[in-house]
Amino acid sequence: MSYRLGVDVGGTFTDLLLVDEKSGNIHTAKVPSTPHDSSIGVLNGIERVCKSAKINPKVITHVMHGTTVATNTILEMSGAKVGLVTTKGYRHVLQIARSFVPGGLGGWVIYNKSLPLAPLALTVEADERVGADGQMVGKLKVSSLERELRRLKKKGIEALTISLINSFANPKNEKEVARVAKKVFGRMPVSLSSEVVPEMQEYERTITTVANSYVRPKVEKYVRNLTRELGKKMGDVKLHVLRSDGGLASAKAAASHPVNLLMSGPAGGVSGAIWVATQAGFPNILTFDMGGTSTDVALVEDGKAQLRRETTVGDVVVRASSVDVRTVGAGGGSIAHVPELTGALRVGPQSAGAAPGPAAYDKGGDLPTVTDANVVLGYLPTAVRLGGDMEIRKDLAVKAVKKVADPLGLSVKEAAAGIIDIVNENMYGAMRLVSVEKGYDPRDFALMGFGGAGPLHANALGKLTNAWPVIIPPGPGVLCAYGDATTRVRDEASRTLIQKFHHTSPKELAGVCKKLAAQASKTLDAEGVPKKERSTSFEADIRYHGQGLSLTVTFDVADLEKKGLDLIGDQFDEMHKQLFTFALPEDKEVVNVRAVAQGEATHVSAQSVGRGSKSPAAAKIADIKVFIKGKDRKAVLYNRAKLKSGNVIEGPAIVQEMDSTTLILPDHAGTIDDYGNILINPL
Amino acid sequence: MPAKIVETRPKPFNRVKIDPITLDIIENAMLNARWEMDAVLFRTAMSPGIREQGDAFPMIANLDGKMVVGQFGSFIYGFKEAYDGTIEEGDIFFMNDPYTCNGAVSHANDWLLLRPIFKDGRLVSYAAHFGHMTDIGGKVPGSLPTDARQIFEEGIRVPPTKIFKNDELQEDLFEVILHNCRMPQWNRSDFNAIIASLRTAEKRVLEMCERFGDDVYYSGLEELLDRNKRAMQKLIKDTIPTTKQSFEDYICDDGMGMGPYKIKCSLWREGNKAVFDFTGTDPQSIASVNFLLNEEMFKMFCGVYMIMVFDPQIMFNDGFYDLIDVHIPEGTLLKPNFPAALSCRTHALGRIFDVLGALLGQGNPDFLNAAGFSDSPHLMYSGHDKKGEWYQLFQIGFGGIPGRPFGDGPDGHSLWPNFTNVPNEFLEAYFPLRIEAYETIPDSGGAGHHRGGNAIHMSYRFLEDGEISIHDDRWLTKPWGVNGGTPGMRSTKLLERADGTKELLPSKCDNIVVKEGDLLHFNTWGGGGWGDPLTRDPEKVLFDVEAGLVSHDGAKRYGVALKRDGSVDEKKTASLRARMAKKRGKTQVFDFGGTIPELKKRCKRETGLEAPATPVFQSWNRGDEAAKPKRKAAARKKPAAAKKPAAVKKPAKAKKKATRSGVKRRKAA
Repeated sequence: MSYRLGVDVGGTFTDLLLVDEKSGNIHTAKVPSTPHDSSIGVLNGIERVCKSAKINPKVITHVMHGTTVATNTILEMSGAKVGLVTTKGYRHVLQIARSFVPGGLGGWVIYNKSLPLAPLALTVEADERVGADGQMVGKLKVSSLERELRRLKKKGIEALTISLINSFANPKNEKEVARVAKKVFGRMPVSLSSEVVPEMQEYERTITTVANSYVRPKVEKYVRNLTRELGKKMGDVKLHVLRSDGGLASAKAAASHPVNLLMSGPAGGVSGAIWVATQAGFPNILTFDMGGTSTDVALVEDGKAQLRRETTVGDVVVRASSVDVRTVGAGGGSIAHVPELTGALRVGPQSAGAAPGPAAYDKGGDLPTVTDANVVLGYLPTAVRLGGDMEIRKDLAVKAVKKVADPLGLSVKEAAAGIIDIVNENMYGAMRLVSVEKGYDPRDFALMGFGGAGPLHANALGKLTNAWPVIIPPGPGVLCAYGDATTRVRDEASRTLIQKFHHTSPKELAGVCKKLAAQASKTLDAEGVPKKERSTSFEADIRYHGQGLSLTVTFDVADLEKKGLDLIGDQFDEMHKQLFTFALPEDKEVVNVRAVAQGEATHVSAQSVGRGSKSPAAAKIADIKVFIKGKDRKAVLYNRAKLKSGNVIEGPAIVQEMDSTTLILPDHAGTIDDYGNILINPL
Repeated sequence: MPAKIVETRPKPFNRVKIDPITLDIIENAMLNARWEMDAVLFRTAMSPGIREQGDAFPMIANLDGKMVVGQFGSFIYGFKEAYDGTIEEGDIFFMNDPYTCNGAVSHANDWLLLRPIFKDGRLVSYAAHFGHMTDIGGKVPGSLPTDARQIFEEGIRVPPTKIFKNDELQEDLFEVILHNCRMPQWNRSDFNAIIASLRTAEKRVLEMCERFGDDVYYSGLEELLDRNKRAMQKLIKDTIPTTKQSFEDYICDDGMGMGPYKIKCSLWREGNKAVFDFTGTDPQSIASVNFLLNEEMFKMFCGVYMIMVFDPQIMFNDGFYDLIDVHIPEGTLLKPNFPAALSCRTHALGRIFDVLGALLGQGNPDFLNAAGFSDSPHLMYSGHDKKGEWYQLFQIGFGGIPGRPFGDGPDGHSLWPNFTNVPNEFLEAYFPLRIEAYETIPDSGGAGHHRGGNAIHMSYRFLEDGEISIHDDRWLTKPWGVNGGTPGMRSTKLLERADGTKELLPSKCDNIVVKEGDLLHFNTWGGGGWGDPLTRDPEKVLFDVEAGLVSHDGAKRYGVALKRDGSVDEKKTASLRARMAKKRGKTQVFDFGGTIPELKKRCKRETGLEAPATPVFQSWNRGDEAAKPKRKAAARKKPAAAKKPAAVKKPAKAKKKATRSGVKRRKAA
């Protein structure tokens, strides 16, 4: 008998999902989160879920966990004091960054740049040089470096980053610097750019490695604590952490390369969405995860999320694979305002966040937010509270929204509807980024809405994108826990090549691939994943010689050896045409090659809700009024926990559960499927 | 003859009423379309100037040709006036000759493509995009010859031409154009990339028409234009006084040993209208530093600078154009007569922004920024490598952002919208060179309550024999400080030969032969300081010293004394500041670091370079009629003006404020 456990720690609730590996049966639990030390909440949850499953915690062999510790460390700027070693002449690499000033013509007038993650005062230079082709141009001058490092030591750095020019082509000097650093600093964590992200472009490689150092001590501590606490309760259990790219990393890998965890939270949501959607029979979905301050969207084709080679957290953009989640600064807390000069209605990017929060929460916020607009319109009912202990004050919401209604010359309800329309439009912009702009037609996808506010806006987004059905899975927290519990162990190894097609051969490329495959599967060896349960896939970033950005194609090494470089070349031409309407007769080049090794997916079956009749009457809570399309309309409020498979809810209707609320619009109906998902379609 | 628009189903649009929310949604959708245009271009272009650096400018206009979303304003009105032909469904126009498109592009390296968008037989919008090509032929690699005297030396010129008819590429024509370029594969790719971007814009415009209805789309655009107009009306009334104010600034030289050249602009309000008058600007140069400034484009610059602080989210458009009058005298540096050379206009273009900022800000010093817009410094490096392959680099550098009311200027950042630097590892992988230093220069930013951003020092070690060209400015005049802030450091270029000899290079030069192993130190300029440096928090000064952005000695410019242990010596600082304040007296609005005669006098001593000679302006004869473009340019309506010698010029009177004292340095030609 063996069990695995998925754990999602949210701001309010911690959700757990226990899977019996043999039968695929599941048990869930929801407990309050404990922000000061989230392991307490996790352990409470484990107790709860084991009790309901009637098992001893010791039979749980794997714990899978998505965490926002790394993300929050950057957002709150609460990371380590990081020292940085660069090549001589490059001390200002983070200060200059890419010289980019946002905001268009004249944007510099109001732009204030944030400070680098590794302060300049803690950045030193190493006298050494490697050429672009990996040739040693200058040997490292050890004694001057040692002096500089001792100076850093006096300043009390907590982590060290080494990022030297062209180290992606030859890591020898970085390793040499690391050796000297070990002598000076002993056990302090050291991150090497040639290990964290051995790819061309010095700024991107440096910021990525520095971000790794910056979050590392916190993540290490968190993982160590959790491992220890879990061990006390469950003995020999393996903790895995979800990576930004939706794969699983061992606790050890997570702690040493935490830069790969920056999108761990959203990746959990997307993985869960994929799992739920696949169960429900929709392999192509757009995910729509709307929270308090921001909204994440992603595109899933054939049960696989699109990945990209970039992760963005706040101001920081790093080179690490992540699920291609686009984030817009639009959420429940986004503040609406009307600039006096133009009289336009703007929503966000400022957010009231959790504090002071929306006006309706009565926590000190008095500016109109998206949540307040939802309250004004009756989409967030105040009468009945099912979960949480937050009181919602409609009078305060009305007062806040009036602040934008007056200058617009609209009624409070009309202004509230305007706020909702505009925030929906902003989110629609993000959905277009992942779909139409990449050559996908949203009509070929279903739309899955989750997160605290997603189910309130998902129906409207369905109307804008024409992606049907709109799927509202049960419980946003559970969704992430599903994602955690059902993902696979994954690792990847990559290398920058920059080879023109006519300068390389299928044989040479295949050789590189095989080396990378061996490297990537080391993690799986350590995890004890049996060879027959593994799969390895290969990716190459290709471009026309002379272009700056590349497109990623996937391929099979055996095919490559058989069919030659045209295998990837043709695929690239095809993609280029799909995305940009044209292909070119120019020579192509391989920029990067990657091998991705994965273990087998866990078999889990979804929890089904009981079968019911077409009428949802049994779940009805009350008759209410909502303001839609310019007038007040009668609507019905339902309790989600009581809905049965086969129930059909006609809009306008509101469905409430512990941690989210779903709005079904007029002329639409939501059908409950076997797993408790609400599938909304136009009538 | 103005262009004739051919519609198969002409039918006027109805102006319908639009609620404010729908309007904001249309605005948002237009913005999305514009960002998408850039995204498509940057991903597929090959010229590093476009691809990595973002030297490209998209636009979507309404059916009258007014820019609704974009950056540099619309030129379609001028194009339509000048183009003697039809505008039909399936056309894409190609042009790069500034003289025949009324300065829509201001040098021939910028290739402009324009697509009229039709729906159901009616014209609904235009999309346009232009980008800087690495090379378009001409006398030097990079096609920006410093010593050109006529535009004919600056590469291939294309007047407005239908490169697509009926959505078919005119291949013969296109191949002829490419045949004239040194890196035709890049031009081909960049051209394709721009076309792809226009097609994206068209798709989005048609989608919007479908989604909202043609009349709502049309009316929405009109309303957005009106909304801008109303906002600008208020701003003009509130911020621009009726009394005339003037400001003058200079580009240091013309690359042929003469300079500086004056750009003068006066501003006042007449009723509802703001008037910008460039009378007093120097006559056109005989070299290639002339800048054919499109009036409409200048209006856009004004508008953006005025509104940026009030509603940064606004989608800025052409709606307010009626509210601004721009007068640029013909035959001047900013409105040169054909066929004056134009390729190196980037200096004057950059300087326009400094002039504009000063002009708008001097009445309201709290909103005044210091100077930083030198221009965009370029380096070209080309030749045949040891394998016999041609290499050609064109790179844009950056300097210090000026000190601003909003805070310190970032170090080594771009004043141009959406520009980024090229990763040095990328340069080293693709070109025969090694970047030995890429760092900001301590103390190069002007001191101020808000510090000016530092300049960049970039060292190029050349690994092959070749030739270089340099285009930069602000080596003689200084990026001025404001409200007590001091000027930023000027730019310098030093070539260290492999044998150890050192040569100072001028700020503008071509065909400098470099050998394997030579090292070029390319130093840009720093931003001017904002506000009294003696009021800057000493802890901030200390922070910069610890970061190495300001030196120990540099801290003294802020009146900050540091102890041996590196901390601030508060007592000494207080007395130092008191002494300095007394010695300095009251702070001035502008600190230019000296008058032009003073700067010229000190030139050799301070810069190591000879001071430029007083410019000689020649009376411009248009020459042989055959050299004129067949299609008459809109801006050149009065051929008589060309016959007048443009050169007779009175010495400018010294203004009390904002001008350097008594300028009597030019002779009429």
